[in-house]
Order: sequence, then C-alpha cells, then structure tokens
Amino acid sequence: MARELTVTLRPLPSRLEGLDRSAPVWIIAAAALLLLMLLPLGWLGYLSVSGEGGLTLAHYARVFTDARLQKALWNTVVLAFWSALLSLAIGAPMAWLTARTDLPGKRVIRGLVMASFVTPPFLGAFAWVMLAGPNAGYLNKLYRGLSGAEAPLLNIFTMPGLIFVVALYTFPYVYIMIVNTLELIASDLEEAASILGASRLWVALTVTLPMVAPAILSGFILSVLQALALFGSPAILALPAGFHTITTQIWALFQYPPKVEMAAAFSVPLLLATALLLFLQKKLLGRRGYAAVGGKGGQRRQIALGPWRQPALVACLAVMACAIFLPYGILAKAAFSRAWAQPLTWDNVTLGNWSFTFLSISTQTAIVNTLELGILTACVGAGLATLLAYITNRRLIVGHQLLAFLALAPVVIPGVVLAVGLFIAYTRPPFLLYGTLWILFLAYLTKEMPVGYSQSDATFRGIHPELEEAGRILGAGRLRVLGEITAPLARSGIIATWCFIFIGVIRELSASILLFTPNTKVMSVVIFDLKEEGQFGAIAVLGLFMLAVTFLAVVLMQTLLGRDVLGARPSGGSG
Amino acid sequence: MRKLLVLSVLAAFFGAAPACAQDARVEAAKKEGKVVWYTSLALTSSEKVAKLFETAYPGIKVEVQRTGSQRILQRVMQELQANIKNVDVIHTSDAGHYVLLKEKKLLMKHTPAGVDRFPPSFKDKDGYHYGLRATVNVIAYNTKAVSAAEAPRTWKDLLDPKWKGKLVTAHPGYSGVIATHVLALVHLHGWDYFKQLAQSKPMLVQSAVDPSGVVASGERPVAVNGGEYTFYQIKKKGNPVEIVFPKEGVPLVISPTAIAIFAPHPNAAKLFTDFIFSREVQQVLADTEGLYTGHPEVKYPADRPKLSELKLLLVDPEELEKRNEEIKTRFVEFFGA
Repeated sequence: MARELTVTLRPLPSRLEGLDRSAPVWIIAAAALLLLMLLPLGWLGYLSVSGEGGLTLAHYARVFTDARLQKALWNTVVLAFWSALLSLAIGAPMAWLTARTDLPGKRVIRGLVMASFVTPPFLGAFAWVMLAGPNAGYLNKLYRGLSGAEAPLLNIFTMPGLIFVVALYTFPYVYIMIVNTLELIASDLEEAASILGASRLWVALTVTLPMVAPAILSGFILSVLQALALFGSPAILALPAGFHTITTQIWALFQYPPKVEMAAAFSVPLLLATALLLFLQKKLLGRRGYAAVGGKGGQRRQIALGPWRQPALVACLAVMACAIFLPYGILAKAAFSRAWAQPLTWDNVTLGNWSFTFLSISTQTAIVNTLELGILTACVGAGLATLLAYITNRRLIVGHQLLAFLALAPVVIPGVVLAVGLFIAYTRPPFLLYGTLWILFLAYLTKEMPVGYSQSDATFRGIHPELEEAGRILGAGRLRVLGEITAPLARSGIIATWCFIFIGVIRELSASILLFTPNTKVMSVVIFDLKEEGQFGAIAVLGLFMLAVTFLAVVLMQTLLGRDVLGARPSGGSG
Repeated sequence: MRKLLVLSVLAAFFGAAPACAQDARVEAAKKEGKVVWYTSLALTSSEKVAKLFETAYPGIKVEVQRTGSQRILQRVMQELQANIKNVDVIHTSDAGHYVLLKEKKLLMKHTPAGVDRFPPSFKDKDGYHYGLRATVNVIAYNTKAVSAAEAPRTWKDLLDPKWKGKLVTAHPGYSGVIATHVLALVHLHGWDYFKQLAQSKPMLVQSAVDPSGVVASGERPVAVNGGEYTFYQIKKKGNPVEIVFPKEGVPLVISPTAIAIFAPHPNAAKLFTDFIFSREVQQVLADTEGLYTGHPEVKYPADRPKLSELKLLLVDPEELEKRNEEIKTRFVEFFGA
C-alpha cells in the first residue's frame, strides 16, 4: 500500500532520472552484473557443443549414454531427494516447536540451528567420518563397547550416511522458511478451530499445515538445491564408498588429461535441473500466496505442549547433538590429539597439530588469501548488492525487474558448474584470470550475489523513500542522497549483507576446488588437500579456525542487526 | 633431537662443498628468495626436507605444495595452458610423468652433484630427472584387529572373501605410488585380480599416505597397498601396525624429481635439487622417513629390510606413461569411483 502511494506521488521521476548525473553508475552496475553472469555461462554452453570440427552434440550424447555418468546422475537425484525429505522431517517440526509452542529453551535451539546453518557442510562431513566410520568411528566404538555387537551402529560411508550428514546441515533452510511464515500467521484461525472442538493435533494438521504448505514446499526445494550443489560432503563420504555424484564427477573430469568439454556438457543438466526447481518454487509461492498471512497484526498464541515439553526438547537437542555438539567435540579432540582414534590420554595430547598447521607456508598463504577474498568480495558484493537493490526498489532505470532477476539468477548455478564456466572463460584471452585471486573473486561475487541482493532488498523495503524525496526536493543529487540519507539509514542492513557474503566466501569449496592454483589456495581447499592425505589433526585445527572466524562474523552481524541471522524477530517475545 | 640433526646435516653439508664455488650460486639463489616445490612426498616428510634446506640456506624459503602425483601433473599442465609459471621443482611418484614432461620439453637439464654413483634405475640417461627417493608397495594390517597368523601373506591372500569390508586401498587417479602398484600387479596377476579385489568393497582413499592412517585408526584393519615408508613411520610412532612384504614381490616406486624448464627461480631450484641429493639429506630420508634412496653411502636402520633383500617388481616408465589412462579408467570401473 505504502509503496503504491509513493509511486503515485512521483509520477515522472522514474523516466526523467535517466538524465540524472548518476545514470552511468546504475548502468555500469547493471552491465557488470550482466557480464559477470553471461561470460562464464556463455562459454560453458559453447564448449559443451564444440568439437574438433565445429559444433557437435557428441559430448551430450556421451553424457546421456555413459553408464558411469548416468549412475552419478542418479546418485545425485537420490541424495537430493532423500536429504531434502529428511531436512523437512527435522526442520518443519522444529520450526513449529520454536515458533508456536511453549518449548523450553527456544532461544538456545534457534541459536544452535543458526550454528548449523553457518557450519561448512564439508567440516560436518569430515567430523562424521570420525564419529561414524564403521570401525574406528567414535560412536560405533561406543556402541560396540556397550552392546558387544560386531556390526557397526552406523556406517557413514554409505548413501544413507551421506543423506544423513547432508540433511544435518541443510535442514536450517527448511526451518528458516517455515519459522518465518509461522511467525507471520496469526493464530485466530487455529483458535477458531480449537473453539469449535478440534483437537490440537487436528488443528495443526488441518489449519496450520495448509497455511504453511507453500513454505514447506519451497523449503523442500531449497534443500534439494543445496544437496544438488554440494561437493565437499560427497567427496568425503561417497568417494571412499566408491560412488560419485554429479559434482564429484565433474571435478574428476578435470583430472589430467582434462575433459573440460565433457565437464561442461555434464554441467548443463545440473544447471537446468536447478533452474527448473527454482522456477517451480516461484510458481508454488506465487499461486498459493499467503492469503491468511497478514503483516504483523493478530495474536500468536503459544500452544502448551504439556507432558510433551521435555520429550520435544530432548528431540531438538538430539538433532543439535548430531549437527553441532558431537562434530565440534570430535574436531576439538582431533585438533589436540596425536592419533584421533585413540583416547585423549596425556600421551596422546599434543599442540603439534597447531604448530604444524600454522607454520606451514602453504597454510599461511591460504589463510591470508581466504581473508583477503572474504573481505574484498564482501565489500564489493555488499556495495553492488546495495546499489542493485536500491535501483530496483526505487525503480531507477528501465528494466529494473530484469536486474533483480539477474541478481538472483546465480542461485540456480551450482558452485562446480560456475567454476567450470569461469575456468573456461578466464583461462583464455581476453581475460586471463586463472592463477590469480581475481577468478576466485569473480566466482564468489557471482555466487554470493543472490544472498547479498535479497538481504539488501529487505533492507531497502524497510526504508521509506520520503526522506530521500525530501533531500531531492532540497536539491541534492541521487548519489548525494544515497550517500548522506539512505546509506546511514541502511547501514546496519548493509553491514549484515557484508557479513553474510563474508561467511559464504570463507567456507566456499565447490567452486574453489576447480579454480585454485598453489598461490591462490584458500582454506577450504587446504582442508580438502589435507583430507586426501588423511591429516586429521591439521584438518581439525584449520576447521576450528574457520569456525571461529565464521562465528566472529555472526556475532558482529547479530549485534548490528539486533536479531538473529535466520531473519526472524527474536523469539520468546513474539508469542 | 631435531635440532641436533639439523646441525649435523649442516656441518656435513658445508664441510663437503667447496665454499667459494658455492658462494656465487647461493647468492644468485638468495636473490630469487624462494623455491616452489610441487611434491608428492608425504606432507610431514616434505616439510622436514624444506626446513632442513631453509636452515642450511637462510633467506631462501621452500614453498611446499604437497598433493598427489596425478594432481601435480594436472596442476602443471593446467598452469602451462594458462601460461602460468609457478613451479620450480616437480617431484612425483609416477615415473611415467617424466617421460611425458621430457617429451613435451618441459624439463631443464640439471645433474645434481654425486648422482653419477646412483644405480641406473634412479637416473635419466639424458640428465633431466633423477630418483630422489624410493619406496615399495606393501600390505599392512592392524595388529589389534588381525593376528599375525591370520594376516595376509601374499597379494592373492587379499582376495579371500573373509576380508570383505575390511580393506582399504589408495587411488591410482591420485597417487603415482598406487598407479605404479596397479600396473605391477596387473603384470603379475592380470586385471582380473583387481576385479576380484573390488568384490570385497575396499574403502577408497586417495593418497598412498592415507592407508597407513586408516589402518592405524582401525577404520579398516588391512591396507592392500600404500607406500611402505608411511606404514613404517606410523609404526614407529607406536601405532599397532605391521607391514607385510608379499612373497610374489613388491612393486618398487622410484620417485623422480626435475626442474621445470620455465622455473621462475632457477638458481634456487638447482641449489635445492643439489641439496636434496646430498648424502646427508638422503640419509635423513632413510633414517627418519623410512625411505629408500639411490645414494650408495646411505645406511639404513637395522629394523628395515634392504632393498637388495626384497623381491622387487619393476615397472617400465614408458609403459606407465602409455597406460596411465587405462589404469585410472579400469580402476574406477572396478571400484566405482
């Protein structure tokens, strides 16, 4: 409503502003975005059909006939479907519990979900190797000791094991979608049903569930997308078990002699699948809408769990034990152990892993690179995202919808696919960027743009244009208004965007793994290298360091935003 | 202990080298400031060698880039394609790589002092690359999980179905030690051997260093391959690991090292190469790292068999180069990834 009003208040500006001195800035921002996306994807498409003698479909023919590639494709489908389903099974009830019930310790649970959200999935996967490797895994040893059984309790090197670990770090996506919806839905309808005599469960199933159904579905699709794009977890858990997913297979195609054309052709189905899924999600959300989801009005009453309070809490904590407590614990143990599988006796305690890790030149370079890239990408990304969100929110140029679409479009590009595109685009003239940090910078910037844009978009939606208009009326130019009025208002939002991008960058593995060179190694790649040699202690040290940097950024962001990263208002007070 | 070692190496090294001739070379190397070493030698061993060099020549850093042999070749070729000149010294465990690199004229001719007395298998007749170290592929088992009586004694013993789910293998698509191993065993028992081995669903790890860790942790009680030096090191650290030298013979892996023709730090690269072939460093490799070397004066710890006492399975580098793709493809075909 408010938006409609402002637009009618200034009927002309959006056309006339094309003449504004600031126009070049908007146009350059738009062009940069276009180039960022089109160059790698264009090359990717071209290379996938290029052969020795001109254009060919031979690569696609091989992709769709080679039994091994088919198997990788199928494994990915299985992994994505089941891990998304499991994420739903974990995330949805937990969201309902923390948003709508009198579950004790809701704040803590939320904080833990957030911790799982920012934990690099490959670190989780790596920790679970130590927890649930069939023989040496800590939990399996414990189980054997207690039960006297021969067979392991869990074998993490299996498809179900992989699904489990992936879901542990994907369920926050479902959780966020549902929690945010639940907190917008007033409980009037639910109460009406209760008054009419429906049981609590019946209300939840017939009233609440249909209202959050779109959120559930899009949470599911988001989880599928996450699982499709993952590289680290399958590389750590699936390869030892002797199976590939699409992402690990694409990576394997880069081994000498590299089959880049094949990798390109194999990337395209993954790209199309993610695009299709995202399109579906938009459709779902668009059609169902949230008829009953009003703004902030309405009461949200807490449902009393009664005797189920404690069991529900235990269930939530059990999930968090799997996602956070156990993995972090085993990482900490490995970081201080000579032999990770042995008990932590005095003989086994060492600081050697720390000195070994931090004294190595290659690690030092990687840490510096990672931080440099994190800061640079976060600055440029937050700046660009802010500009773009400003343009689209204030409708500054013709085609601003297209701009919004472009900014969000990289969501459909899995990291590995983006990397293949970038590798092809920037290993040849005119842009020879391979071997420099710039190619990683471009990868990260593209990959983080959707996150940055949505975050900035939300910021600007919350800032009414009237102050800017006052400034304009008083004669200030667009840029001056932006600098002196809008930016200060949007400051904490922009800094939060910065942190979001920073966190995303320092954990990035799936694109980095194809783009790094020894001088441009980043922490995640070093961890992956160490993994291949089985250097558990050093991995644990670097992993913990990475987590520490991440949480520092999270704390900074929370302080600035005054709310948690999951995007909802602080819990407790809302009920 | 380590300090002492470093000191003795230093003393010996400087004592041996004619001081004045060294000076100009060292100065030139110092100007370059560092040497970039792409190495497939286990990270801890590589770092140790690097530290020795840095102590001997203060002011020249060694940048250790440790990864698997096949990844090193991938890196070198990818960088070449993008016209990146980064690597100085290339050291992998796949002798076939040097056939390829030499053919593509990517290696610099450099003969480290003293290598003329090395056995022929450690030397390139044209003087481009030399074997820095050698190891053999062995079977190893966790003594807590497997008794000496039931431990496998031959490569064929590993095909017994009782080992199902208990084996670990490293990957020829990553490791040159393992690529050599696979070819040697294909000669001995044919591809059928690996087809049958795959029936036991071994855990697949990448580096030839990793099986030692997997066996020591007990994650899998038996390693079906892996560099003997890594098992030796982990056993020395007190882990319950025992090494078996199979009766059919053990695949010998000689890991060459060479300087890239486009090395950005050629003087440091030469200095470093000479240094790692010195008797002192070669002796360190034998003493603490459990490696074999080509140096005739190196003495081996008493608890290790001499290379001459082992029945060695040899692989022709030319053949290894030619069949590289076949080895990787068939291995993946049998083992799944």
